[in-house]
Amino acid sequence: MNPGAYITLSALLFSIGAVGVLVRRNAIVVFMSVELMLNACNLALVTFAKQTGDLSGQVAAFFVMVVAAAEVVVGLAIIMSIFRTRRSASVDDASLLKY
Amino acid sequence: MTPLISPWLPAEAGGGVPVLPVEAAGTFWWLWLIIALPALGATLLLLGGRLTNPWGHLLGTAMSAGSFGVALVMFVALLGRSEEERQVRQQLWTWLDVGDYTVDMSLLFDPLSAVFVLLITGVGTLIHIYSIGYMAHDERRGRFFAYLNLFVVAMLVLVLADDYLAVFLGWEGVGLASYLLIGFWAHKQSAAVAAKKAFVVNRVGDVGMSLAVMTMVATFSTSSFVGVSAGMPEASSGTSTALGLLLLLAACGKSAQVPLQSWLLDAMEGPTPVSALIHAATMVTAGVYLIVRSNYVYAETPVAQVAVMAVGLVTLLFGAVIGCAKDDIKKALAGSTMSQIGYMTLAAGIGPAGYAFAIFHLLTHGFFKANMFLGAGSVMHAMDDDVDMRHYGALSRAMPITFLTFAAGYLAIIGFPGFAGFWSKDKIIEAAFAEGWVFGVGALLGAGVTAFYMTRVMLMTFISKKRWRSGVHPHESPSVMTVPLVVLGALSAVGGVLLLGGWITGWLEPVTGPEGEHELFVSPFILTSLVTLVVLAGVVVAWLVFGRGELAGTAPQRVSWVTRAARNDLYGDAFNEAVFMRPGQHLVRGLVYLDDTIIDGVVNGVAALVGGSSGQVRRAQTGFVRSYALTMLGGALVAVLATLAVTLA
Repeated sequence: MNPGAYITLSALLFSIGAVGVLVRRNAIVVFMSVELMLNACNLALVTFAKQTGDLSGQVAAFFVMVVAAAEVVVGLAIIMSIFRTRRSASVDDASLLKY
Repeated sequence: MTPLISPWLPAEAGGGVPVLPVEAAGTFWWLWLIIALPALGATLLLLGGRLTNPWGHLLGTAMSAGSFGVALVMFVALLGRSEEERQVRQQLWTWLDVGDYTVDMSLLFDPLSAVFVLLITGVGTLIHIYSIGYMAHDERRGRFFAYLNLFVVAMLVLVLADDYLAVFLGWEGVGLASYLLIGFWAHKQSAAVAAKKAFVVNRVGDVGMSLAVMTMVATFSTSSFVGVSAGMPEASSGTSTALGLLLLLAACGKSAQVPLQSWLLDAMEGPTPVSALIHAATMVTAGVYLIVRSNYVYAETPVAQVAVMAVGLVTLLFGAVIGCAKDDIKKALAGSTMSQIGYMTLAAGIGPAGYAFAIFHLLTHGFFKANMFLGAGSVMHAMDDDVDMRHYGALSRAMPITFLTFAAGYLAIIGFPGFAGFWSKDKIIEAAFAEGWVFGVGALLGAGVTAFYMTRVMLMTFISKKRWRSGVHPHESPSVMTVPLVVLGALSAVGGVLLLGGWITGWLEPVTGPEGEHELFVSPFILTSLVTLVVLAGVVVAWLVFGRGELAGTAPQRVSWVTRAARNDLYGDAFNEAVFMRPGQHLVRGLVYLDDTIIDGVVNGVAALVGGSSGQVRRAQTGFVRSYALTMLGGALVAVLATLAVTLA
């Protein structure tokens, strides 16, 4: 196999996710972008695991998935409660915690 | 016992008998009891607090009397020994043991400390007895006796120790007791201030003492009398002179000699028995003891000897002049004390020819001055605690016993032929003349002035017309106060017997060395007559000024500049204020300013810088999640690039 293609795809997906986190205001979309970055990482991990014949990369990918699932639960709950109180899902609106 | 090599006298100082301290055995095993008894009294009375008030005075007096009893037994035992064995050393325990520096807590009972122990416990006991009457109405009487016992303990440590560091312990102890007793009536502002002043001025002298001990440790690796006396002949002249001058500074502080004299007159704020015991008979003579004890130091340093003589001469005239102008009876006596200790210091400075006479005068002075202070206390007791002699007069009829005993002290101090002071002072003047014209004439002049001011005190208090304030009914004091007066009065009269057959000089010879010859330009008889004539002149002048006619009930204000200066203690306080206190104050103000501006400025500046910059950096926390995310991304990028740069380079 040629890992170059996988890694390129992974980097591409990560960059899209990163740009999405930075430029989008809607919290749900930002959230999706974070998931995209996580999965880009998973792809890279699995690729390297396959290449080196080492299972730990595969295991790490599973861990990332578990963490991502848990994160979705907590994150969505936060977004829901913010939306309920402020009628807005924009991340820029929730900027009270500052200097 | 380790063999002690104790050349008490440097060989070239004239031979003498090198005496080795012998271990205390037999009767002398009880030596520690002399200190232990008053120490027990002080501890019980201090711990017992107010509970001891009903019987504390009896305990304190009993402990002091017991100590005197033991001392008397020891003295007789010492008398029974041959001259070579008259130095008894009792090792109690090792106090310090650091490297090759060891300080033993041990007691040295030799002819010099023996007479001191007798003076301290003997006069001390009489004053304890007197205080029972004098302090009868004081609600803190138990505490007063606790302090008196504490003083006796510290003074005994001072004279019995055989190591300068242990002497220093007693030295500080008497300073503490003096402070506590001067300020005993601390509710009076003046007493509290006087106590503090005495303490502070004494600290200056103590600096000299501690530096002297340090010099000894640095030079001889020991501070014991034996070690220092053995090492002195090999010490460099600079070291000897430094030691001599430092010990002189210490003596000046404790003995109220010029230039550290200013505290003694204010110390009269304490209860009168305290003035008699501490500020006349014993503690203030500790400086003379120190100089006489350190005779092996002064034998090596003529410079320091001259300094000692100069200090003594200046102080004896200084104190006498002050004594002439004071209307406060206790302050007049305090000026006289300074002056008499000046005589002792002068004699101690003369060297082997004067040591024995310094101690002799110290003893007789202890008798007659304690006697006169207690007499003054008796008079104050009768006059409702009024100390102004201008309110006295004609008390000889009202208080005959006080008058007669005071008169004995008076005759002793002016040197009336036959009385104690006549013998002791005459010997000092004689030795001073042999030493040099200046010292002799100064001492002779001092004797005349002494006669003048003491006659003045006598006339104003007991003889002249009554000037009593209304409501004052003088009466003789109770016998618990007059008995000590009578004993001390008798001692003032007959104290001169110590000189019979040169006993005192012979007795002290193992410590101070042989008296040595001195040449006089005239026969001693003519000199004695001359002294007596000068004294007589002083008495006559005083009688002409104060004995005839009326005396003003208040101090006259239009007086000569001499009187004004003497009333102000010859501007001793003003001098200290102008030379030490004000510049010190300015220095402290400058340092405080430096501290406030520069030191605090740097510290506060750093804090302000950190605070200000963090205030700016804080602005980075905008609260926008996306800017945080960008920062993280940037950080991660930097980290990755740095890793790459490191791996690829």
